Amino acid sequence: MTQQILIAVLVLGVIGAFFAVVLYFVAQKFKVVEDPLIDEVAEVLPGANCGGCGKAGCRAFAEACVAQGNLDGLRCAPGGDAVAQKIAQLLGCAVEQGEPQVAVVRCHPANCGEKRLSNYDGLRSCAFQNTVYTGENGCPFGCLGCGDCVAACQFDAIHMDPATGTPVVDENKCTACGACAKACPRRIIELRNKGKKDRRVYVSCVNKEKGAQAMKTCANACIGCGKCAKVCPMEAITIADNLSYIDFNKCIACRKCVTECPTHAIVDVNFPAPAKKPEAPKPAEAPAAQPAPAAPQANS
Amino acid sequence: MKTFKMGGVHPEENKISNDAAIEVMPVPQQMVVLMNQHLGAPATPVVQKGDKVKVGQLIGEAQAFMCANVHSPVSGTVLKVDTCKDAFGLTKPAVYIKVEGDEWMETIDRTPDIKRECTLEPKEIVAKLKEMGIVGLGGATFPAHIKYSIPEGKKAEYLIINAAECEPYLTSDYRVMMEHAEEVCIGVSILRKALGVPNAYIGIESNKTLAIQKMQDMAKQFEGIIVEPLKVKYPQGAEKQLINAVTGRKVPSGKLPIDVGCVVSNLGTAFSVYEAIQKNKPLIENILTVTGKKLPSQHNYVVRIGTTYNDIIKHSIGELPATTGKVISGGTMMGKAVVNLDAPTVKGNSSVLVMDEGEARRSPETACIRCGKCMHACPMGLEPYLFSSLVKNGRIEEAKEHNILDCIECGCCFFSCPANKPLTDEIRLGKNRVRAMMAAKK
Repeated sequence: MTQQILIAVLVLGVIGAFFAVVLYFVAQKFKVVEDPLIDEVAEVLPGANCGGCGKAGCRAFAEACVAQGNLDGLRCAPGGDAVAQKIAQLLGCAVEQGEPQVAVVRCHPANCGEKRLSNYDGLRSCAFQNTVYTGENGCPFGCLGCGDCVAACQFDAIHMDPATGTPVVDENKCTACGACAKACPRRIIELRNKGKKDRRVYVSCVNKEKGAQAMKTCANACIGCGKCAKVCPMEAITIADNLSYIDFNKCIACRKCVTECPTHAIVDVNFPAPAKKPEAPKPAEAPAAQPAPAAPQANS
Repeated sequence: MKTFKMGGVHPEENKISNDAAIEVMPVPQQMVVLMNQHLGAPATPVVQKGDKVKVGQLIGEAQAFMCANVHSPVSGTVLKVDTCKDAFGLTKPAVYIKVEGDEWMETIDRTPDIKRECTLEPKEIVAKLKEMGIVGLGGATFPAHIKYSIPEGKKAEYLIINAAECEPYLTSDYRVMMEHAEEVCIGVSILRKALGVPNAYIGIESNKTLAIQKMQDMAKQFEGIIVEPLKVKYPQGAEKQLINAVTGRKVPSGKLPIDVGCVVSNLGTAFSVYEAIQKNKPLIENILTVTGKKLPSQHNYVVRIGTTYNDIIKHSIGELPATTGKVISGGTMMGKAVVNLDAPTVKGNSSVLVMDEGEARRSPETACIRCGKCMHACPMGLEPYLFSSLVKNGRIEEAKEHNILDCIECGCCFFSCPANKPLTDEIRLGKNRVRAMMAAKK
């Protein structure tokens, strides 16, 4: 009995030792040398794999950071400055502070709820609906309301407002990864600087139709009249293709354009109630060198 | 009786406007003519504000390769050259004309005599098709002069005329056969001459017995026209299915009908070819069915292309019933819902179908039960349920490998699905994604 046990132990032991040696050499031969720094950087990242940085996922972003050795042109939008600082520490490089950004839906929510010219009952996908026709409210540029942006968001930061049929961004949750902006077939969503005290002014319309036509389509459409551009003290507003666009790097949020706009297409958010005349905030400091990831031209 | 081999469905036929003879719709007061009424690039307007135009005068010239001429369907003064929203709300270039009288070009033969002899050479025929702005009237509005210019190294053996009219509700082709059988046969002979093929086959579904009879009688007087009765099955009128039904040949994946020696044209096209070649009349009129179960009367009309949907509805039935759910241009299977009734009709429109709220709505979608009905229904032998999940999960590459681009968007999968899944919509989205992916790779 003991002899049998001994034989078994011995045989298995010898086989085990043999394979240990083989495995050792195989492991040496096929060794993959990976910078331990990659693991450390990946550890710091949020791990949402949102793809907002343009890489396949957080791991790929970490590899890119380590390979490059600095953070030039690389930014994890969900992590923001805190994560950038940590990565910079690990890599031993400096990091420039980026202006925090937020996704902005540039379609006026007031109209879409009531005005339905048709009843769409096809596939619930904006990308598909966009290929079929103008959409339920008849605006060939406006929000289609099927929620491709909501499906694209990894951070639960954008939701459909059932009353208006347009998406609403939760500013606290939005990490400005840009996934919703990419998912929107009509390029309505733009990443804009959050602004001081989260106060922002933007043109809430992307309609490029001629003025009269645009007004027929939507009461709050930008008609490209140019009044905002004339009144702007910072020359932050440009008009192209019958559409006004406010450069958020130049805008000082004086809100002169908001009152000037005849169709109320320009919106201000997070300003105190207009009981007294708001004091004009000081001009924003020169924008950070970090490239603005979503100028509308780049998106379209 | 012949039919295509794979898949197919049999929707309720609803040919309720069969017995309504073709009436002439009066010319509207103002006319908006869209510049892209065909597949491909829009035509370039060649008139300016203030110009006087006559019926049949060229107002949009085909300058790109894939393009067709556009002619004025009315006489009057050009108000402006601008843009106009089409039936789906999309902005398209257009010419606005104020209608004054009804003065036709002198070149157009408006006598009712039927002209049988065509002395033109094949090349001249194709050139004239281009000049007259003839496009395929089966729905795709493919410019006819391109279809009938056979590329080098390829040879046409069959000319197949699609008179299947497999879409439910539509009866315009049927009425043309009943009333203009001789003209159609002349048109077919002209097309046969243009291609230089010995025989032309006219495929007619067997539910149109009178039309088959009429065409067979007429075809006896012509050389090389064979009327082929086909078993009723949708989508018999689809190009590849019709080729399979008539010749037994199969168009391989990614190939065109000419690769198997076939050219397919619609019956309506043959009729407009007759008018263009023998009567010098450009494509300025459509034959339209106005139909719907809840309508007080059913009609078939010949309308000037560019008459708005509202004008057609107003003249034919007064106003839409209060319970109208959708107005559809085309049949129930492949037609598109019209959102802008002020929009002008375009070449290739074959019907104004008014559907009741109840029948127009889709039933709610439920989960796929893997019954495989969509596979059996697919006339192209594809797997719609698979595309549905691949597209949803962004596996576009795989969808391409499974030949998603072969889909002809006939709607059989959605029609047959017991779970009401919008399979055709998903596949169309997938096809767009695949094309975008391929374009990005280039």
